[in-house]
Amino acid sequence: MEQQQTYNYKVVRQFAIMTIVWGIVGMAVGVLIAAQLVWPQLNFEIPWLSYGRLRPLHTNAVIFAFGGSALFATSYYIVQRTCQTRLFSDGLAAFTFWGWQAVIVLAAITLPLGKTMAKEYAELEWPIAILIAVVWVAYAIVFFGTIMKRRVQHIYVANWFFGAYILTIALLHIVNNMSMPVTLFKSYSVYPGAMDAMVQWWYGHNAVGFFLTAAFLGMMYYFVPKQAGRPIYSYRLSVVHFWALISLYMWAGPHHLHYTALPDWVQSLGMVFSLMLLAPSWGGMINGIMTLSGAWHKLRDDPILKFLIVSLSFYGMSTFEGPMMSIKTVNALSHYTEWTIGHVHGGALGWVAMISIGALYALIPVLFGRERMYSIRLIEWHFWLSTIGVVLYIVSMWIAGVMQGLMWRAVNDDGTLTYSFVETLVHMYPYYTVRFLGGVVFLVGMFIMAYNVWKTISGARPAVQPIPQPAH
Amino acid sequence: MIEHDMSTFWHWWVVVLTVANIAAIFWLIRWTSKRRAGEVAQGEVTGHTWDEDLSEYNNPLPRWWLWMFYLTIAFSVIYLALFPGLGRFAGFLGWTSEGRYHQEVERAEERFGPIFAAYAERDVPALAEDDEAVRTGQRLFLNYCSTCHGSDARGAPGFPNLTDGQWQWGSSPDAIRQTIIDGRQGVMPAMGEVLGDEGVEQLTHYVLSLAGREDANPELAEAGRPQFATLCAVCHGPEGTGMTALGAPDLTNNLWVYGGSQGAIARTIREGRHGVMPGFGDFLGEDRAHVLAAYVYSLTEEGR
Repeated sequence: MEQQQTYNYKVVRQFAIMTIVWGIVGMAVGVLIAAQLVWPQLNFEIPWLSYGRLRPLHTNAVIFAFGGSALFATSYYIVQRTCQTRLFSDGLAAFTFWGWQAVIVLAAITLPLGKTMAKEYAELEWPIAILIAVVWVAYAIVFFGTIMKRRVQHIYVANWFFGAYILTIALLHIVNNMSMPVTLFKSYSVYPGAMDAMVQWWYGHNAVGFFLTAAFLGMMYYFVPKQAGRPIYSYRLSVVHFWALISLYMWAGPHHLHYTALPDWVQSLGMVFSLMLLAPSWGGMINGIMTLSGAWHKLRDDPILKFLIVSLSFYGMSTFEGPMMSIKTVNALSHYTEWTIGHVHGGALGWVAMISIGALYALIPVLFGRERMYSIRLIEWHFWLSTIGVVLYIVSMWIAGVMQGLMWRAVNDDGTLTYSFVETLVHMYPYYTVRFLGGVVFLVGMFIMAYNVWKTISGARPAVQPIPQPAH
Repeated sequence: MIEHDMSTFWHWWVVVLTVANIAAIFWLIRWTSKRRAGEVAQGEVTGHTWDEDLSEYNNPLPRWWLWMFYLTIAFSVIYLALFPGLGRFAGFLGWTSEGRYHQEVERAEERFGPIFAAYAERDVPALAEDDEAVRTGQRLFLNYCSTCHGSDARGAPGFPNLTDGQWQWGSSPDAIRQTIIDGRQGVMPAMGEVLGDEGVEQLTHYVLSLAGREDANPELAEAGRPQFATLCAVCHGPEGTGMTALGAPDLTNNLWVYGGSQGAIARTIREGRHGVMPGFGDFLGEDRAHVLAAYVYSLTEEGR
């Protein structure tokens, strides 16, 4: 009974620390492969350091290791605090931590070895995919179990988003990974041809929609009002944008397959539903940013709030850009170019990473019983490095992408293409270099964070937070 | 056209789900944008509190945002009426991506076809003298051929160099045209089983000696001579000068498609080679292939 009086901060602490570790690892791999695109000899002619194998390692590490750990940490923290109850099961929560870390380590071994399902963001071979499914079911039990035994009547908005993300990711992951194992590390998808592509991008885009959007909105809905000390701008807006977001996102996948063997009607549906996603996506941004109205001055000297609010701005930018890119005519130019890479990183670095960083700076002192982070000045430094890093990254990729798209379609008076493929590649080099620099700047910020966190927690005793009595 | 083979069940499945989702979203916006009886006033907090101090205002939906939402819904409804989207309903415009593709190809053909048709009237050697034609041919080469033969036409291991004067399938205008239009398949059978390791080594040195190479061991080469006469001369000729009809390369000029090191030559003999030049006739059409042939011909000794 004694234990029931406190929140389970242990698993939150574990995930929070690993978020920083995996963030540095994943982004360092990203910087390396960005460098390889400028200086190809950096693969050192070693197969497991080649771009094709490290690229999935980078994406898996930043999305699932860094982003995933951040989501586990914050969702476990938020669901306890807003339900005024301890996690449903400490044992299962510990299992999700060690299970998830095992998945990450297995990914870090198998991907460089070239073991892959060859499905983007779902590369991990079937034994690891099964482990993910088991960990995820345990996660769902812990999360929804905690919701069930909550001691406040209403379910807080952040938990709607976390709940939707946990349910949907389970569904997406299991359906997309349906495959026939041949050996321990080789399997084949059960879906044929164009259908396989459709299932993959139904998964792929909803991984963006639910993992990288809905779940991080959950994070936003707790840390922005907390940090700003203000009520959320609009309850109605949160209701409408939640339901619109989760129902419309489900359809958006086909925009990854415009002008392919996918039937026309599916492409059209993918496009119009992506367009209708603009408003619900912006609903989250408005609700976050407007929460600060009346307290704008806080932005001046609170770098944590800067991280949160700027991340929402990047979120708004990416979710405007996304629907635009899903329009077939625009897609005809942008698809297969660096523009897509710029778009993804506007979301991944600008939104996902920056909101996670802001949330961690708010969370870590609480978890370790400190009043605040060791150095606010270093957070300020980190904020500016991150912002400059993202801007260098996305601007260089925008220019590179649009230029690439225009060069590919340029024709001479006789109808022949103006540029051969290699010529377009040569023109990419300056932008690849700028992108690499942007990545380096962002990574330097992460090291500053690691130092700041280290100084904050060294010598600290893990915080024990008693659960307040229910208000009613 | 395969747009219309969707079963009635799946057709309605798609229609109902699509329409229901859009209608539900529309209803949701209408419903939340109106104030209901018993609700706290706009601009007030809802009255619920979480984690000590988290609360929510009951602010209305921003007008501009609401209109943006309505606009995207209206756009989607109109789009789905005009274009294929609702199951097998083809849309009022009758648009298909396949139709659009044919339309674009047709338009390009109308615009650029005459240029190439005019070139096709003249023979390849004449075009090879025409700078404008050669430039156009070179652009086609850069678009379609440079992947294998290189931007400078100097080839890559396994892909012939077109500037070295060696022409496996002949350098006449007709031979070049045929290579481009129909493609070529060059097959060198594997001889390792027949010759054994020793035989391969001897034959390698004989081939080196044919090319006048200093690294040929005269004794081994001499031992390989009868093997060459039996196994190789059929295609490469008794003197090793090759045969364009079969695409068998001249072995006496020290120019090698698959590499001229001792190891590479031994491997060619032991394992054989299979070279494929794809046919571009269907893809480019004869007129463009003709102009392309003029560019390639301009790389030959006669056409230079």
